[in-house]
Order: sequence, then C-alpha cells, then structure tokens
Amino acid sequence: MTDPNSSMSTCLVGNVSLNLRRGGSGRPILFLHGAGGVSEWTPFFSELSKTNEVWVPDHPGFGLSDNPAFIKNMSDLAMFYLDFLDTHAPQIGFDVVGHSIGGWLAAEIATRNSTHINSLTLISSAGLRLEGTPMGDIFIWNAEESIKKLIFDPIVQEKRLNAQPTPEEAEIIVRNKFTFAKLAWHPRLFNPDLKKWLHRVKVPTQVIWGEHDGLIPASYAKLWAEVLNTNECHILGECSHSPTNEKPVQTAELIKSFLGKHPL
Amino acid sequence: MKVLNFTLMPYRSMDVTASKDHRSAWVVLPNSFYDPEKGANDYESYIDLLAQSEPLGFDGVCVNEHHQTAYGLMPGPNLIASALIQRTKRIKIAVLGRALPLVNNPINIAEEFAMLDNMSRGRIIAGFVRGIGAEYHSTTVNPFYSHERFHEAHDLIVKAWTQPGPFAWEGEHYNLNYVNLWPRVYQQPHPPIWIPSQGSIETIEWAADPNKKYPFLVTFSAREAVIKNLMAYKAQAQQYGYEAESSQLGWAAPVYVADTLERAMNESRSAIEALFNDYLTLPMEMLLPPGYTSVESLKKIIATKKAIGRGGFGGPNQRQTLERLMELGTVLVGTPQTILSQIKEVKEKTNLGNFVSMLQFGTLNNELTTRNQAMFASEIMPHLQKMQ
Repeated sequence: MTDPNSSMSTCLVGNVSLNLRRGGSGRPILFLHGAGGVSEWTPFFSELSKTNEVWVPDHPGFGLSDNPAFIKNMSDLAMFYLDFLDTHAPQIGFDVVGHSIGGWLAAEIATRNSTHINSLTLISSAGLRLEGTPMGDIFIWNAEESIKKLIFDPIVQEKRLNAQPTPEEAEIIVRNKFTFAKLAWHPRLFNPDLKKWLHRVKVPTQVIWGEHDGLIPASYAKLWAEVLNTNECHILGECSHSPTNEKPVQTAELIKSFLGKHPL
Repeated sequence: MKVLNFTLMPYRSMDVTASKDHRSAWVVLPNSFYDPEKGANDYESYIDLLAQSEPLGFDGVCVNEHHQTAYGLMPGPNLIASALIQRTKRIKIAVLGRALPLVNNPINIAEEFAMLDNMSRGRIIAGFVRGIGAEYHSTTVNPFYSHERFHEAHDLIVKAWTQPGPFAWEGEHYNLNYVNLWPRVYQQPHPPIWIPSQGSIETIEWAADPNKKYPFLVTFSAREAVIKNLMAYKAQAQQYGYEAESSQLGWAAPVYVADTLERAMNESRSAIEALFNDYLTLPMEMLLPPGYTSVESLKKIIATKKAIGRGGFGGPNQRQTLERLMELGTVLVGTPQTILSQIKEVKEKTNLGNFVSMLQFGTLNNELTTRNQAMFASEIMPHLQKMQ
C-alpha cells in the first residue's frame, strides 16, 4: 500500500544504517515493530499519520536495515535505540508504540531512560512471563499454523496462506526470523529481569491486546497493566496477535485518544 | 579400511500409528509412549549386540547422542561407551558424537572424554557435533549461536586436553578462571576427533584444516552425496596443500545383508522404512531452526521445501520406500556381493578409509540384527578390512 504522505529513507546511528519509513505530521510517534517486521505503509500507519508524524524504523537485523554483529540480545538492541533516540528524536520527544517484541523493546528502553519518551503504548507485547500461562511456540509452528494462530479472521488467514512472496520478500522473511531467534529464542520471548524494573517507567502507559491472541494470551494484558500500574488496558474483540493489522482504525483511535489525555 | 559397528538405539516398541498424532517422534512425542520394561530390554540387547562386535572382528563400535526422542535412546552416549569399555578389550569406542553447543560448560565434555580415555587405556574416538535442530528446541540453546558455540567449545576442549592446567579461558560464550582437567587424557596429544556430518562446505573447510585433519564421516546420505562430500574434503585438503589420507574419509550407512536380495529386502523393509518415515519425522521448523544453518542454506531449503521424513506436521505424508532408499544408495541392502561392490565403488572414487555399518536400525529385532551382524562380519567385513 502506498501513501502519498509516506516516504522511505535511511538514517544512521553510529555507523549502522537503518531503513526508516515516515509519514504525516503532528505529535511524533515512534513505532517499534514486532518479529515479522514491516513491509509496507499499512492502513494503521495511514490512520495514525492523519494526525501524527509517524516514524517506523526497521530494527537492526530486520527488513532493509544493517545487521551489526554487536547486537547480540534484547539488551543490546535497547541500548542501541537509546543511541537512536539521542541522535534522531525530535526536540519534543516521541510517543513510543511497540508491537510484540517491539513492545518488549519499548519497555526495555523506557526502563533504562525515558528522556526522549513521552508515553508508551504496548500492543500484544512480549517481554514478561505469566507463570502458568505459556505463550505459543512460534518457533515450532509451520507457516500455516503461524498464520492461523496469529490472525483471527479466517478470510484474512486464507489470503495470507495463498500469498507468494517475491524472492526479495522471502529473503527478508528469513532475515527477520534469524534476528528474531537471536533476540528471543531463550529465555523465550521474555526477560526474567524486566518485571522488577518496570516501576522505573514514569511516563503514561497504555496496553492494547487482541482478545484471541494465539501467541501471547490476552491474560498477559492484565499482567502488563498491573506491573505498569495503568488503567489504560484495552482488549479488542475478533482480534489475535496483530491489532495494528487486524483492527487498524480501532487501534489508531485508542492511541490518539490516549495521547489526547496526556497533552505534551 | 577400518570397519565400525553403530546403532542409534531406537526405542523399538514405539506405537507408530499413535505417534502420528504428534508433530514428531522428537521433542514433543509424549514419554508415556515409553514403557520402561521394554526400554530396559532394548538397552540390554543393544549393549549385547555392540559388545559382540569385538569377537566378530570389528575395529570399533559407535554410539551417539540424541535428546528427547524415540529415534535414539542415548541422551548420555558416554554411559553406553563406559559400559562397552567393560565389555571389550581391544576395539575402539567411538562416541559420534557429543553435541558441543548444547552444554553450558564444555569442560564437562572434556572431562568425561578424558575419563573414558583413561578407563579404556586409549581406545576412545571423540566425535564432535552440533546436535540436530530439534535439540535446540529441547535444550533451549539458541540456534543462532550454534556455530559460534561449537567452534569455541572445540577450541576450549582441545586446549584443556593439550595444555598444562590450570589456565583461564576468556571467551565469547565461555569464561572460566580455572581449566585444569583431572584426569588428563590418556592418548597423546589427545583422543582422535571425528566429525560426523551431512556435509556443509563450512564444516569441510574447518575439519580439513591442516592443523586439524579431522576424519570426516558422512552420515545418512545418498551415495552421490557421500561421494560429493568426500571429494569436497579431498579437494579442500589439496587446496590446503596436502593429500587427505584414507583414514580421514568415512561413511556411515544402514546395511542389511542376506543370501538373496529378496530375503534381504523382505527382512529389512519394515525396519528401514520405520527408521526413515516414523523415527526421523522432522518438520523443517524442528530440523532447521533459525540460525542453525546460514541464511543462504535456509533460503535454498525453503525454496525447495525439503525436509527429512514427513513434509510437515499434518502435511502430505510422502513415505520413503525401501526401493527408493536403495536406489539412492542411502541404505545398503542385498547380498554380500552387491553390498561389497557398492562400498567398493565409493572406495574407488574417494579412497574411503572408514566404513561405519549400522546393522541395527529402526525396529529391526534382535534375531535379525544378530544374523545381519554375523553375516556382515564374515562375508563383507574381511574384504573391506583388506582394502588399502
């Protein structure tokens, strides 16, 4: 999907080049993507960019960004993003929105330093473990199982199942998977030390989840809201692990309304 | 040529029909499928069968490591090696191999090999492997770091075997203040290191390195791939400026021999087909987790959607028939003459120096295994051992 108001460029953090999609104008939002990466300017970004300036970088090792060997784990990635924020954050800072491992990343960044962060929205976020409620084993699922677990709507599932990636897209899929494993294979999709430091996040926080999340069950939303001490916890019906794709307008509206409650 | 006898020690009483309700015979097959009484019988039989290798005239016996699977009951292959040391006097005992990246302190592996080497007075061959993809699911070790951990663990173990201790190890994955093996290894400078592999160019380059010259053992591969990989090893050695010796070149394959082709096929069919279709069921996600191979190889594999055994959980079930496996040369089934000529063909093309015969495989029972071992040992092995 193309949007006349979005553009793709690269930006440097140290000597690491990141692929960056940008669109819209207004209060700046930094979107941190999940393990599947970002392949286009989606309806969710279009919706947000009607009122906000939206930045969507490919993380190092994902999409079209560089893959520096020194990033070995989620902690390294969080520190790297602090460098990114120091270099590129607008004067007024970012409202950070993270999805899945991007949510985990956002939480890791914010516990370290929120200087450039105005608020945090975590969508279907990895990063914590809810004892007794295991996440799905996304690394053992085949492509078909993954699609069925991660997407609620059977029609959309069917469309995805029949999609034929181009060789360039296939290359990025493999690349994303490798980096995903590097960051999240073990401990699987969480950091045992994160929970005890989340109280350091002082900015307003919001949690958004799909009711039928087949990877990280919706009960994790409550855990996050509890640990972050926030009342902003929204569970979307008829939605699995990708509210940004499955409920783009509703998710964007939740973010805008949340930001409205917390003027800069 | 040296001839070694190998079994995977499969759990032979696996309920195959019921196992198909599960993704794989690896990692997720509930261990309620395991009956300790039947399993204990298997262990006893396998140790007996391998111990017979010495009176039968084999040069060695082999065991290997696999985890959480009916495919092989040796999560601790050194325990079996230890038992075999007590049951034999002369032959080599090859552990093919220990999966180095799967442990958090490789010194454990160095120590255990050193113990076995002393206990056997130098009869140990130490195989080093990475473990198969499924084992990164069962152990939770990150496959992304599999190669790095393998190489660092290898360097650490060899140094621990050859350099006076204590010394410190300052590594990327392992950091130890005191490396100081008690016992030291018995063989000098250290037990032979073998590299069992299905063959990747990276492994061949590494194993053929003039400072290593590790014997390379091609396992579970079609004849063409065996030849291709052994030739690649030889070519690599030449590139390094030396000729690979035949003792550096090995091949491991299931073998079943009988007085007629028809009998050999009839007696081995169900066991061989069980091995390749029922025990070796590994969907791609389990066989090749991200990072276990290079991006390039994974891309190629995804493009051709190939995986060992079943195509994928719930996917189309293309059984590999005995005929097909024989045609490919992945298994050697026939009369002494036909099997001998097939091994000779590979020997002539590659200068093969180690042949590892898997004479028990899949569900093959004790009676047939005993007969297979005896006939292989009397009709085939002497000819192989005479080959220079």
